[in-house]
Amino acid sequence: MSIFVNKDTTLLVQGITGNEGSFHTRQCIEYGTRVVAGVTPGKGGKKMDEVPVFNTVAQAVKETGATASLIFVPPPFGADAIMEAADAGVELIMAITEGIPILDMVKVKNFLATKKCRLIGPNCPGIITPGECKIGIMPGNIHKKGSIGVVSRSGTLTYEVVDQLTKLGLGQSTCIGIGGDPVNGTNFIDVLSAFENDDETTAIVMVGEIGGSAEEEAAAYISANVTKPVVGFIAGLTAPPGRRMGHAGAIISGSSGTGGAKIKAFKDNGIHVCENLGQIGRICKDVF
Amino acid sequence: MKIHEYQAKDLFRKYKVPVPEGRVAFSVEEAKKIAGELGGFPVVVKAQIHAGGRGKGGGVKLAASLEETDTLASQILGMTLVTHQTGPEGKLVQKLLVEAGQKIERELYLSLLVDRATASIVIMASRDGGMDIEEVAEKTPERIIKVYVDPLMGIQGYQIREVGFGLGLPMAAMKSFSGLLSNLYRMFVDYDSSMVEINPLILTADDEVLALDAKVDFDSNALYRHKEILALLDPSEEDPMEMEASKFNLNYINLDGNVGNIVNGAGLAMATMDIIKNAGATPANFMDVGGGASSEQVENAFRIILADEKVKAVLINIFGGILRCDIFAQGVVDAARKTGINIPVVVRMEGTNVDEGKKILADAGLDLISANDLSDAAEKIAAAVN
Repeated sequence: MSIFVNKDTTLLVQGITGNEGSFHTRQCIEYGTRVVAGVTPGKGGKKMDEVPVFNTVAQAVKETGATASLIFVPPPFGADAIMEAADAGVELIMAITEGIPILDMVKVKNFLATKKCRLIGPNCPGIITPGECKIGIMPGNIHKKGSIGVVSRSGTLTYEVVDQLTKLGLGQSTCIGIGGDPVNGTNFIDVLSAFENDDETTAIVMVGEIGGSAEEEAAAYISANVTKPVVGFIAGLTAPPGRRMGHAGAIISGSSGTGGAKIKAFKDNGIHVCENLGQIGRICKDVF
Repeated sequence: MKIHEYQAKDLFRKYKVPVPEGRVAFSVEEAKKIAGELGGFPVVVKAQIHAGGRGKGGGVKLAASLEETDTLASQILGMTLVTHQTGPEGKLVQKLLVEAGQKIERELYLSLLVDRATASIVIMASRDGGMDIEEVAEKTPERIIKVYVDPLMGIQGYQIREVGFGLGLPMAAMKSFSGLLSNLYRMFVDYDSSMVEINPLILTADDEVLALDAKVDFDSNALYRHKEILALLDPSEEDPMEMEASKFNLNYINLDGNVGNIVNGAGLAMATMDIIKNAGATPANFMDVGGGASSEQVENAFRIILADEKVKAVLINIFGGILRCDIFAQGVVDAARKTGINIPVVVRMEGTNVDEGKKILADAGLDLISANDLSDAAEKIAAAVN
């Protein structure tokens, strides 16, 4: 088992004919993901390699039965693309796009509440179930099939963690980047609950960063609901307040969102804290 | 993106959010002219810098006459104002806002911001205007009113009444307040603001409400659709190195340590700063070259870091995903050839095309220190500066 995606997931790619869209679609196909359709308005009827391209998501779903979507469109069109996928009945929407205005996302999130679908991202690396399905931009080769669930707010930081795990022989069940934006679709708690209910996941690594209160809420949730061991890491412990650290969501404003408060929440709720990223693989090996 | 108080008040005027009469002055002469035209004293002389706490720092003064306006404007204009938000180096005051003084009956607090957890726009208000709202929230949370607005519905009449009555406004002031809040909400949404704060919002003796201060911040991701806001950017308030980096779409923040660092991805960049600190050194910056950087971007990133005089050593930490190590390495080599490297540079590279990347660096014959993993990199960089 795994969470959210597996070898049967059928994928469509929005923005498939763009530079990034076509490059990563090929990478996903090479990894074994079943990419069944692409969408680029105005390019319907064409093909990207062997993948048929449609004008609308609704058409693509109707013709191919795709259940998941991967979004690469530029930020001004990001919100629209997500809503289009949700309206067409896509169950799992993965938004890679970085830089979608927050007021757009706020509207999207309220719109999605009326639909039956899951959004992961935006501004995220995607999701991978090693050996089965990769929907996103992560380098597939650093992953290894196994039983550790990884959830993170960041992209390359996740690769770093996964790489250390794999080099120590610790494989992963599913790895998810939930994205660095302040308003996103799937949060830590959604993923933690899925990992808790997944038989194949035996342990969890959670990678957070400064800003907001998602890590504190997740820590309280873990204490009450998660029986599997969790190792936690927070990036940005030395970041100064009031400065946005790249991710729109990573900003310490006033007394909220500090790394210290998050580490404390982790420790208070029985999460094994890693304070030095260079050691996270080693700590997981010891704990798990 | 932040703007000045006088610019925010111009926007308020455009949206019929009442503000005191007044204008911006760039010289003492201008300040006196405005004061004379306001038709009465006292007038308020306010330093215009992008930082809070101006009053406490001596940047906001009341003038009772034209002579006093002259004296105060001469004092404030050109001063280096130090507040809790400017850092010890302070900020040079280059502009003043000269406003008509007001008869204040009560001071209130009002702000609008995006709430992450509920994905809505939250209105925060308090009877304790003029104070540090964080402190009010911590010590007397019951004195803060929070109303959450559904972004798909927009602000409703009952929500405005909830805030107005919560603030204890007299009935006679409710109409004025209702107009102010609904217009402020409209402005917030129209311009993709991330925060609008009025502290204090005042109730006058004539039962009018008025924004005595104005702080507005915009979502930088949405500026592409607000050219008129982008035009309000004041380069003198920005860090010159950060401005330079933004030209190349680099996420760069200037800090006060001596270890320059270049990383791909914001999370890994933050974690790298932490690692530098853990090893007993301090980061000179945050630099995320992004997921899909070109070798030209990398070259500029390296050039900007090397131009920083406080930087005594550089740590490069790259985990190639979309950004391939060979492209990154080429950027480093190009920058090194153009600017020359005369400080220690530790390189840790992993991920996509790492072998090609390492080969490019080795063939270039540069004097680089290579690290096997993060812990190794941290030790080597600390040794280089200590």
